[in-house]
Amino acid sequence: MLDQPDRVRFEQLVLPHLDSAFNLSRWLLRSRADAEDVAQEALLRAYRFFRGFHGGDARAWLLQIVRNTCYTWLEKNRPVEAMTEFDEELHPQPSNSPESLAIAGDDRERLTRALDTLPPRFREVLVLRELEGCSYKEIASITSIPIGTVMSALARARQRLQRTLTNVVPQEAPREL
Amino acid sequence: MSCELTKGVLHGYLDNELDAARAAEFERHIESCRECASALGSGEALRASLQGPGLYERAPAVLRDRVRAQLKSAAKSTPKPNAQPAWRWLAVAASILIVGTMFWLSLPSLVRTPPTTNLLAVEMIDAHVRSLQAGHLTDVVSTDQHTVRPWFDGKLDFIPPVKDYTEEGFTLVGGRLDALTGRSVAALVYTRRKHYVNVFVWPTQDVDTPIHPPGSRQGYNWVHWRHKGMEFCVVSDASPTELHELAQLINQ
Repeated sequence: MLDQPDRVRFEQLVLPHLDSAFNLSRWLLRSRADAEDVAQEALLRAYRFFRGFHGGDARAWLLQIVRNTCYTWLEKNRPVEAMTEFDEELHPQPSNSPESLAIAGDDRERLTRALDTLPPRFREVLVLRELEGCSYKEIASITSIPIGTVMSALARARQRLQRTLTNVVPQEAPREL
Repeated sequence: MSCELTKGVLHGYLDNELDAARAAEFERHIESCRECASALGSGEALRASLQGPGLYERAPAVLRDRVRAQLKSAAKSTPKPNAQPAWRWLAVAASILIVGTMFWLSLPSLVRTPPTTNLLAVEMIDAHVRSLQAGHLTDVVSTDQHTVRPWFDGKLDFIPPVKDYTEEGFTLVGGRLDALTGRSVAALVYTRRKHYVNVFVWPTQDVDTPIHPPGSRQGYNWVHWRHKGMEFCVVSDASPTELHELAQLINQ
């Protein structure tokens, strides 16, 4: 329903962020194959809603649609996973020294596995911040969490990831009752 | 002992999100806090490994081609996502055909009434039908008005009034962006028993109107009115009385 100039504008402003759309989908869905389908659907939704985009940060605007599309897909296809909430009460951890982390550069698989075991709400803030380089403001607008809580969300996500990486057991970290 | 700053400020510092004064303050703190110094080192190490090669997943070329091809065909016809079963397409095509035909058939009668209203009605029903396709109903899913309302912030050049009326029998289920008569509008979605109700909202310069008598087309009902600088259209297959009831709630 967009006319030609709109389509050109869409291709110039939104399409260049296809990598970001795919990256976020891959990490939210933990599957490249699913990410291809869902990212494609998200792009088309973005295209339909393009009239609602009034300039500004096209990547953040697109990623917001990508995220919503991913969660809708998760709710439908993996309902249990989508319900995992961002509510971890972490008990105090001994601080990790940089040496004890010792994550070698070629340890990509271990890092991927660790990220994939995090609840999606932790995973998404980390991916947006560290892989996409999003600002707190962008993260807030993409994930619809208040900007004041982005910092603590990242703090908890990083702590959780570090804990997963340093734990011998790659499973869910133990929780004190 | 755990330093409180490792749960917040330290990360703001790491992400370069503190203002100059707070950053300087944290730098002074870190000189005397071994825990923060160590945690900062861990944070930096973690970042270095996350940003190392291989973790960022780029879109495969085949996806790029598929998206481009889809955009091309979407630009020619009505844009829709592709991963839907064929019967759904038939249903959508049929709805569009029905709406289109009814509009065409009713053209002579439209001459007597302001054409914009009728065009709006057709578009509204079209948008309502479209929204009922799988996965298109809501972009933000929440029964909480305090989640739905801020969601629109920054996506539209206005903020629609959002309220949940569960006690009155209309439950807010979410919202999305939509387009009517060439402009972006907010669509709020409510459920009434098992019926979905779309409330389209956009700003207007025109004077307030009372809630117009309900209109009806192809089994869908709608009510339309203006109130305090906003124009409202409520569409659903719920009864006209129920729509009028919701309209009155919104106006309160």
